[in-house]
Amino acid sequence: MISYELAGISVLWIFLYGYLIVASIDFGAGFFALYARLTKQDHLINRLISRYLSPVWEITNVFFVFFFVGIIGFFPDTAYYYGSALLVPGSIAVILLAIRGSFYAFQNYGSKQNIIYLFLYGATGLLIPASLSVALTLSEGGFIIENSGTVTLAYWTLLTSPLSWSIVALAIVSVLFISSSFLAYYASKAEDQPALKLMRTYALFWSIPTIIAAFTAFVFLSQHNERHFHNMMDLWWLLGSSVAFFMIATWLLYYGRLYGLAFIFVMLQFLCAFFAYGIGQYPYILDPYITIQSGATNESMGIALVVAFIGGLCLLVPSLILVFRLFLFDAEYVKGKK
Amino acid sequence: MIDTVMWSKWLTGMTLAFHTIFSTIGVGVPLMIAIAEFVGIRKKDQHYTLMAKRWSRGFIISVAVGVVTGTAIALQLALVWPKFMQIGGNVIALPLFMEVFAFFFEAIFLGIYLYTWGRFRNPYIHLLLTIPIVAGAGMSAVFITTVNGFMNQPGGFVMEAGQFTAVNPLEVMLNTATPSKVFHVLTSAYLTGAALLAGIAAYTILRRGVSAYSKKALKLMMTVVVAFSLLTSLAGDMSAKFLAEHQPEKLAAAEWHFETERSADLVLLGWLNAENEILGAIHLPKALSFLAFGDFNAEVTGLEEFPLDERPPLIVHYLFDFMVLSGMVILGIGLLYFLFLFWKRRNELNKWLLRSIVFSTFLAFLGIEFGWFYAELGRQPWIVRGYMRVEEAATTSPNVRILFFLFLLLYVVMGTMCVIVLRRLFHNNPPEAELNKLAQASIEKGEQL
Repeated sequence: MISYELAGISVLWIFLYGYLIVASIDFGAGFFALYARLTKQDHLINRLISRYLSPVWEITNVFFVFFFVGIIGFFPDTAYYYGSALLVPGSIAVILLAIRGSFYAFQNYGSKQNIIYLFLYGATGLLIPASLSVALTLSEGGFIIENSGTVTLAYWTLLTSPLSWSIVALAIVSVLFISSSFLAYYASKAEDQPALKLMRTYALFWSIPTIIAAFTAFVFLSQHNERHFHNMMDLWWLLGSSVAFFMIATWLLYYGRLYGLAFIFVMLQFLCAFFAYGIGQYPYILDPYITIQSGATNESMGIALVVAFIGGLCLLVPSLILVFRLFLFDAEYVKGKK
Repeated sequence: MIDTVMWSKWLTGMTLAFHTIFSTIGVGVPLMIAIAEFVGIRKKDQHYTLMAKRWSRGFIISVAVGVVTGTAIALQLALVWPKFMQIGGNVIALPLFMEVFAFFFEAIFLGIYLYTWGRFRNPYIHLLLTIPIVAGAGMSAVFITTVNGFMNQPGGFVMEAGQFTAVNPLEVMLNTATPSKVFHVLTSAYLTGAALLAGIAAYTILRRGVSAYSKKALKLMMTVVVAFSLLTSLAGDMSAKFLAEHQPEKLAAAEWHFETERSADLVLLGWLNAENEILGAIHLPKALSFLAFGDFNAEVTGLEEFPLDERPPLIVHYLFDFMVLSGMVILGIGLLYFLFLFWKRRNELNKWLLRSIVFSTFLAFLGIEFGWFYAELGRQPWIVRGYMRVEEAATTSPNVRILFFLFLLLYVVMGTMCVIVLRRLFHNNPPEAELNKLAQASIEKGEQL
C-alpha cells in the first residue's frame, strides 16, 4: 500500500509536468506571435496560434492553480515557508500572470488588435516561466532561511547564484523548444506549409540551446546540492533516456517527417528529465525544512484529497478528451473550416 | 508589526472586493445565458438566441478577469496569510481543491460552448453544454463559501498543541454556517447577474430607443430579478436567524444591540456618540427579536456578553443596513416594473423607471460588496473564529505595503481595460445590425436552395 503522502506528491508532480507542457506551448506561442510580428512574418503563423490557443488558454491557467492548491493541501508547511519567503517574487509572478491572462482575452475577444497587447502577451510569455522556475531553485536549499520564527529569502545569494540563473535559462529555452515543436506538429496537422516551415526552423533553432542549458544547470546543481546530484546520477537510465528521446525528436524534426511523433518524443524527453529531477530531490520539498513525511497533512485530509482527485479526474478526463476531439484533433477545425 | 497586519488586511480586502465583482458575474450570468438560449429554442425566436450569444461574448471577458484575480487571491492566501494556510490548510484543503476542479470543469465547457454555436444539428445539444457551465460555476461558489463558513463556524477537528488534528474534512465543509451562506451567495449572485443584464437592456433603450430585442431582454431579466430578489430576502432572513443562534456577536454588532434583552428593537442607520449611545436612528419596536427568532418577545444576545477585544468593529452596522436596503430597493423597482407592465394605462418603458432599473444594477453590485464586507469585518478579530486571530496569521514581511499599491495599479488598469474592451465590443455592433446580418445570411441560403 503506497502511503498517501507519496501518492500526493506523485499526483502533484504529474500535474506539474502537465502544466510544464501545456503552459510552455502557451508561453512560447505568445513569444513567437510577437517575434513573428516584429519580423513581419505574422501572417504566416498568427492564425494558427490563435486557433489553438483560443479554446484552451483558461485550461492552462487552471493547471497552475491546481498544482498550487494541491501542494498546499497535501503539504501545508509549504504555505508557511514558501509563502513567507516568496511574498514579493510570488506577487510579481501573480501580476505577470494577471496581465497575460486578461490582455490575452482583451485582444482575442475584444474587437481590436493592438500591438501593446501583443507585446505584453509575448514578453510575459518569457518572464513568467523565468519567475516560476525560481521556486525550483529555492527548493534546493540555502536560499530560504528560518531565523527565530521568521522566514526570509536571501535575495543576494539567489541573485548571484549561477544555479538560479542556469535554471532560468533552461526554463526559457525549454519553453521555446516545446512550444515550437508542438506548433510545428499543429501546423502539419493543419497542412499549413508556410507556418510549418517557420515553426520547424524555430524548433530546430532552440533544440541545441535546450540540451546545453540542461547540462549547464546539471553541473551547477552538482556544486550546489551534492545529495540531489548524486541521487540523480543514480537515475542515470532516466537521464540517458531523456537525451535519447531528445536526439530522436530532433532527428525527426530535421528530416521533416512525423511531426506528431517528434512532439511525443519531446514530451518524453521532458518527462524523463523532470522525473529524474523530482525523484532525486526525494524526500525533500524544501531542503532542509520540509520533507514529504514531515510536511504532510493529516491522514484523513490526505485520503480525502486523493479521493477527490480521483473523482475529479473521472469528470475531467472525458471532458478534456472532448475538447481535444473538437479543437485539437478535428482536422476541419484545425484547418480553419469550422 | 501592526502596520504590516493592517496592510495585509487592506491588500486582501482590495483583491477580494475586485474579485467579487467578477466572480459574482461568473456565477450569475451563465444561468441567464442558459435561460435565454432555452427560451430562444422553445419560442423559435432569434432574438433570444442572439441574447445568449452576445451575453456569452461579453461574459468570457469578465471570466478572464475573474480567472486572473481568482489566481491572485489563491496565491495571496499563502503569500499574505502564511500561518493561516499552514494551520488551516490541514482543514480546508479539500473544498479549495474541489473548487479548482469545479472551475476547471466550467472552463472546459465554456471553451466548447463559445466555439460550437451552430456546430450541432440539434440545438438542444448546444443548450446542454450550459449545464456543466452553470453547475461548475455554482459549485465553485458552494465550495469557496464552505471555506468562508469554516472561518466563521470552525468544526470537524480537534485542537491540539496549536495544530488541528483528528480532522473530518466533510464535517469541516458542512459546518453550521454553510447552508444559509451558500443559499444567500447563490441567490444574490443570480439576482446580480440578472440585474446587470436588465440594466444593460434598460440603458440601451434609454440611449438608442425602444427595440424588440431590448424589450424582450428587459422583460426576461426583470422576471429573473424579481424571482431571485424574493429568494435572496428569504436567504437573508435565514442568515440572520442563523447568526442569532450561532454567532450572536456578529448580528449584535450589525444591529448595534449592546444589551441582552427580550423584545429587542431593530435599529436602522443612526450614529453613535462617545458613550456608544445611539442617536438619530429609526427604532422598529421588537423587530430585532422577530427577525432573529421569529418571535417578538424572544431574547437577543447583546455585545456586552463578549470581551471588548473579541467584538467586531461597529461600522458593520452601516454595511448591514445598506446591504438590506439595496436588496429591498431592487425588489421594489422590479415589482414596479411589472405593475406598469400589466397595468395598461402605464408604460413600463417610462424613462424614470428605466433609469431606476439601471440604478438597481449598481445597487446589486453594491449590495454584494456590502454583504461581503459585512461577512468579513463581522468576523473580526478572528480569522478562524475562536481559534486564530487575524494578526497571528499575517505575514511578517513589511513589503506588503508596496505590494498593496502595485496591485491597486493592476486592478485599476485591468478594470478600465475591461470596461473599454466591453464597450468597444458592443458599441459598434448593436443587436439590430447582427439580426440584419443573420436575416441576410438566411435569405442567401434560401436562394441557394
